[in-house]
Amino acid sequence: MLEVTELHTYYGFSHILHGVSLTVNREQVLAVLGRNGVGKTTLVHSIISFAKPAGGRIKLEGHDITGFPAHQIVRRGIALVPQGRRVFRSLSVLENLTIPFRCRTEGTSRSWDIESAFDAFPTLRARRDQRAGNLSGGEQQMLAMARALVSNPKVLLLDEPSEGLAPLIVRELSDVIKELAQQGMAVLLIEQNFNMALRTAQRILVMSRGQIVHRSSPQELAENQEIKARYLGM
Amino acid sequence: MEFWIIQSLNALSFAMLLFLLCAGLSLIFGLMNILNLAHGSCYLVGAYTALSVIAWSDNFFLGLVSGSVAAGAVGFVLQRFLLQRIYGRRLLQVLLTFGCMFILGDLAIIIWGADPTTLRKPEGLTGAVDLGGIIFPKYRLFVIAVGITIGIALWLFQEKTKWGAILRAGVDDEQMARAVGINVPALFTVVFILGTALTGLSGVLGGPFVGVYPGVDLEVLLLAVVVIIVGGLGSMKGAFFGSLIVASLDNFGKALFPELAMFTIFAPMAIILAVKPTGLWGRVL
Repeated sequence: MLEVTELHTYYGFSHILHGVSLTVNREQVLAVLGRNGVGKTTLVHSIISFAKPAGGRIKLEGHDITGFPAHQIVRRGIALVPQGRRVFRSLSVLENLTIPFRCRTEGTSRSWDIESAFDAFPTLRARRDQRAGNLSGGEQQMLAMARALVSNPKVLLLDEPSEGLAPLIVRELSDVIKELAQQGMAVLLIEQNFNMALRTAQRILVMSRGQIVHRSSPQELAENQEIKARYLGM
Repeated sequence: MEFWIIQSLNALSFAMLLFLLCAGLSLIFGLMNILNLAHGSCYLVGAYTALSVIAWSDNFFLGLVSGSVAAGAVGFVLQRFLLQRIYGRRLLQVLLTFGCMFILGDLAIIIWGADPTTLRKPEGLTGAVDLGGIIFPKYRLFVIAVGITIGIALWLFQEKTKWGAILRAGVDDEQMARAVGINVPALFTVVFILGTALTGLSGVLGGPFVGVYPGVDLEVLLLAVVVIIVGGLGSMKGAFFGSLIVASLDNFGKALFPELAMFTIFAPMAIILAVKPTGLWGRVL
């Protein structure tokens, strides 16, 4: 579904991504684990075109989308739940869900609209007319998820969704993500939270200094003490 | 008593003119962080275009429309072909828009000459009306009505429509707006045209009592900047109430202490700048 090959990205003069390649398939959650500052967010930003990659290709369903402006990438079916949630604070909950572009959906994957997003996150329905800036952290995370879903994406990019959330809410979030994948979405989950990634993903990549240094199933990674110690500080 | 009522109405009509002048400047700054110093030029272009169109067609309302369109066209060219190339570079934006102000001012002198003129008031709005013993110019009441109507329309547009929500989302977090599929570059162009067209409208409306002359562009720019410092940048509410405050200070200052005319505006501005740099209703930048 989403295919990234040999991606190189710079911020100013610093070379952040050194040839990252990965593939996310439909009905799959692929997690990228790594410590702070290894380039995880830059990876997401390169895919959504907040940062322009200096080299490499990004393909969505076989079509090259490298270097497209962000809004066109989103309109082709990639949605982002950004780090720090970034809900539109001065907009009401309902308005946050009204403004995203709606992609057309084809057959198999579940189609989303504002009502189904409210069904998935009932708290948001109760707060529909409140300003998003006044929501709690967990509620803002739900809103950021709902906002990404109403655009009916084929690929969902999640950048540290568990950050700052209580363990119970993180578990709920993990279940929601797994369900989304089962319904046909391709999910790229960027995490620092090892257990969250382990419990949610079918495949895990470990990132260090702008490179993918390890690829395996969650079970293998859980048993690989060397990788965990070297790259995840565990 | 009569003095106070008349002066208040004067202040209100001037405030509405200022509001139309500043709404665009504030809108543009709020969304794209551009302080457009050629803003006064849009006022000038609007007023002069209306001058020609009214002389040709003898229709004030045609002048109103053509003045707004001409100013909007200037805004379009400025944003699409010049400012878009230097997006995010504040110093270049200031220099570019300031330079454009001089170029447009000189072009206006070449086309319309350097003699000060005023626009003719529309048929039916000349003369005064008797408001229970108080005689007040009809045209100024018309300006108050237009200002309030456009103020309410802008507020409804911003707060109650999907387009308004998209605009506010762009102000909140422009990058994230791109990431929900909003075509932000197109939004910028549309808002720039809308903002400059409003300014052109204020130029036509102000034409009959402020007048049109070389240098009016810099004068209205200065007033607009004062309003925006008092009210706060990037907020429509700030532009509205800032205009009310500045127009009242200006009007009552000139009526009560004519020898302190400039002082009554700029002293409060300096105080607000020192005490609350974001302006009374501004957001934190």
